[in-house]
Amino acid sequence: MSASTSSRPADALRDGDSKHAAPTSKAAQKVGGVAGWIDDRTGAAGGVNYLLKKVFPDHWSFMLGEIAMYSMIVCLLSGVFLTFWFVPSAGEVVYHGSFAPLQGVKMSEAYQSTLDISFDIRGGLVIRQIHHWAALMFTVAVSAHMFRVFFTGAFRKPRELNWVIGCILSMLAIVEGFAGYSLPDDLLSGTGLRAAEGFMQSAPVVGSYLAYLVFDGPFPGEAIIPRLYSVHVLLLPAILIGLFTAHIVLVAVQKHTQFPGPGKTNDNVVGYPVMPVYAAKAGGFFFIVFGVISLMAALIQINPIWGYGPYDPSPVTAGSQPDWYMGFADGALRITPNWLEFTALGYTVSLNIALGALGLIPVFYGVAIAYPFVEGWIKGDKGEHHLLDRPRNVPVRTALGVAALTYYFIFMFAAGNDIIAIKLGMSINDITHFFQATLFFLPMLMFWITKRICLSLQRHDRDLVLHGRESGTIIRTADGKFFERHEDLDPYTRWPLVQQDPVHPIQLESGVDANGVARKGARKERLRAKLSNFYFRDAVNPVTPAELAAAHVGPGHEAIDAEPPTHEIEPDKVDGRMGIDAVHDDSHEFGSSTH
Amino acid sequence: MSEHDTPDTAVVPADDFGHGAVRLDEGHVIGTGGLPDRFENPGLPPHQPRMSDLTEAGAKRAEKQVAALFSVSILGTLVFLVSYFAIARDTYVFIPGIGDVDLSNVVLGTSLGAALLGIGLGAVHWAKTLMPDHESVEMRHTMRSSEERRQGFVDTLRAGGETSQLTRRPLIKVTLGAAMGLFALPLLVQLVGGLGRLPKNELSLTYWSGEVGPDGKPHFKPLRLARDPEGTPIKAEDVTIGSVFHVQPDGLLPDPTSDEPELRAGLESGILEAKSKAAVLLMRLNPSDIKSQKEKDWGYDGIVAYSKICTHVGCPVGLYEQQTHHLLCPCHQSTFDVTDDCKVIFGPAKRPLPQLKITVDDEGYLIATQPFREAVGPSFWERGQ
Ligand code: HEM
Ligand code: FES
Repeated sequence: MSASTSSRPADALRDGDSKHAAPTSKAAQKVGGVAGWIDDRTGAAGGVNYLLKKVFPDHWSFMLGEIAMYSMIVCLLSGVFLTFWFVPSAGEVVYHGSFAPLQGVKMSEAYQSTLDISFDIRGGLVIRQIHHWAALMFTVAVSAHMFRVFFTGAFRKPRELNWVIGCILSMLAIVEGFAGYSLPDDLLSGTGLRAAEGFMQSAPVVGSYLAYLVFDGPFPGEAIIPRLYSVHVLLLPAILIGLFTAHIVLVAVQKHTQFPGPGKTNDNVVGYPVMPVYAAKAGGFFFIVFGVISLMAALIQINPIWGYGPYDPSPVTAGSQPDWYMGFADGALRITPNWLEFTALGYTVSLNIALGALGLIPVFYGVAIAYPFVEGWIKGDKGEHHLLDRPRNVPVRTALGVAALTYYFIFMFAAGNDIIAIKLGMSINDITHFFQATLFFLPMLMFWITKRICLSLQRHDRDLVLHGRESGTIIRTADGKFFERHEDLDPYTRWPLVQQDPVHPIQLESGVDANGVARKGARKERLRAKLSNFYFRDAVNPVTPAELAAAHVGPGHEAIDAEPPTHEIEPDKVDGRMGIDAVHDDSHEFGSSTH
Repeated sequence: MSEHDTPDTAVVPADDFGHGAVRLDEGHVIGTGGLPDRFENPGLPPHQPRMSDLTEAGAKRAEKQVAALFSVSILGTLVFLVSYFAIARDTYVFIPGIGDVDLSNVVLGTSLGAALLGIGLGAVHWAKTLMPDHESVEMRHTMRSSEERRQGFVDTLRAGGETSQLTRRPLIKVTLGAAMGLFALPLLVQLVGGLGRLPKNELSLTYWSGEVGPDGKPHFKPLRLARDPEGTPIKAEDVTIGSVFHVQPDGLLPDPTSDEPELRAGLESGILEAKSKAAVLLMRLNPSDIKSQKEKDWGYDGIVAYSKICTHVGCPVGLYEQQTHHLLCPCHQSTFDVTDDCKVIFGPAKRPLPQLKITVDDEGYLIATQPFREAVGPSFWERGQ
């Protein structure tokens, strides 16, 4: 679009006024023409050209966010299709559609129209199953994307805001999914709503009012389906789209993070420009995600509501199971002990329900939202971070993440306690007690194991840098000993293993000042030093050039020109841990990257 | 660090160590020997050319592969269009590994999938083989604006405050603040006020309680126990040991066998709401198996009636184990012991299922002699009041 939009000096608008420099080919002329027409009216050429040249780094884990984005778009698209046929009404009708087993059965219009979408509208079932599979893929991808961001430290400054937005998106996705799942008014989803009404009633003081407000009177009433409908197709999608747009704009403004590697620094982005490479890859990837969802919709049945029957409060549903993303809340309800309900001064306090049903999700997301700020404070870290952490290089964070995931999965598996009991032929009591017990030790255990694994991976990295790769060549020394020659890593391979900043726990300054008066904030500082110690006391820091040089002064290595060691340390005295790297002075502690 | 690792000391002066101490296993040294503190970033690695960069044949092959994938997409679209019209609804086929499936759904979904995947895979393959694979580098800038810009922003805000005289006129400031703080209230009140009505005592009443009069109080009338969903009343002799009856109050469901038009029609509106509180389970036990005296007294000859609505969050309880006389809730597995006044013996529910006091009328039908004495279903704050 370039030439046609370039400005001309005013005095050129006379005789011999030069025409715009014509683009070379016919096709280019055409593009230039349309773009020029738009640019004449918007001046967008500069900005769009900047965006087209923007560089995006490549890594498989960056696709998780893309999957989330694309499956959300597929939800939006297929959802709009569904609105053309779905009737959000609890009004009673008698079924006369083409699904024979339900002929003549009384049901709500919502359920009837969902049956019609499934049986009487050509291709309707595909769209419905696409919508549901896309919703499941959306929630899975959002979660996986969240873990990627957490474990690589992508939430650090300046991206804390985007982490918060992401957490809210993830929480709303669950609510949106639950609202959608409840719309068809089949026996399963109605039972889910029945439980949701019970959750609301359990809220201390206001519970019954809350339930009556939401359901406009006694359960089930006629209001809940239309209300959920406007929440599901209007309110939440609007918020989701708004937040999602902010999320993406922030990614573009802050530029994507990248994994450390040769040539990649905290001050650059290495990757492919949007035009043409990234556009083709990311654009193509949308079609791949949509295509995979379509294949799933074609081949794997999801939510066959015709098999459940219309909602009715009295028939018993056998082994009801919600969509996976509600599983952890359901599981939490199953393993909360019932003595948490009690009466005080004649009022009933049902913590056995309120904790799991009303408290868990806010607590879970509250902790997640707070984490970047807490970690930043503990580290006293004020710098910008654009290079990702390798999870092993931040063992305590990685281990905390795994511990949190462990809680999540315990709750989620607990939602299958009846199925597990049947499959394993065990008593459901034992299984439930087992899950209750695991809550108290398994997360701690997983924390410890993960941290150990990280530390040993880090030591392995050090080892690789110091001693190189096994070359397979056996060498015989003059005095008849054998050893295998190790090949040094080349600088490109070595760099990712040594690039990270060394870390140390924060020093605790004396709690009193020079005159022996207690300093302000000393308690806060003490807490911070304690936490910092918890995070970094057994940090394994990267090999320095001096250490590598020293390692070369061993058997099988030529001594390089470094200060020779004056004495050796007996290997059996070495515990294999390193503490603080004394070769670095304090100014390196947490400053931003120095490359 | 020395051979004695002391992780809790933060920084140890370097001259605590022997000069140049080295731990050979880790190559740990004190003193740098004049080397830099850190390794240096070696810069981007040399570029590796692809097959399609090296030979025209390689590029040609890639071109054909991309074109083939795009053709798959075209084919998928055509198949979709044809089968949309050609495949009749209600055609079911058996696919091994999946089972009986709706043919139209399978073909439409698969062809749509092919149409999409063809485009997607083609584009990605094209990008990977033929588009430039030289990495570009873009520089970053700190997010923070320059000092002047930040100052400029603050100045503009302050100037705005001053020129509008906001800072000098506290009256305006205070009233504006209050007005802004309050204006959302009408909207909020409208929303909350209009959403629903107040529960009053409704959560504690069921259809068994009788019609609520103008005085707001229910007027009890003994109702027969009727089968759910048939609507027919139940005789005591029909209830055999080990059987379970799902029950609703007579008059709620249409009873086709009744002579009274009202009972024949059933409830006109609010059926689901009434059912969801009035549902009852009826079981007959050997009277000697019943441990609770109250349970025996409220039953009739070993026949007992309990609310079917779980006291946890309200699912219908209905899995009855005949041997143990346990009732199991399918939602979160709360288990109630029917021999002991339906007390909770396992699970997250706290309270026993409320019992409905029954007897027989002069025709031998089971009737309720009083309404539930407490609220049925999930707990709520004021249920004990
Ligand atoms: C982005 C997140 C969304 C999620 C996670 C989601 C999730 C769901 C789920 C799980 C169902 C139940 C489907 C079933 O098995 O029947 C559903 C139903 C439905 N959704 Fe969505 N949805 C989303 C967005 C939308 C949007 C944007 C619209 C409309 C503009 C929409 C319209 C509908 C309609 C009309 C139904 C009921 C039709 C039916 O159940 O067949 N959805 N949704
Ligand atoms: S509703 Fe019965 S156990 Fe939860």
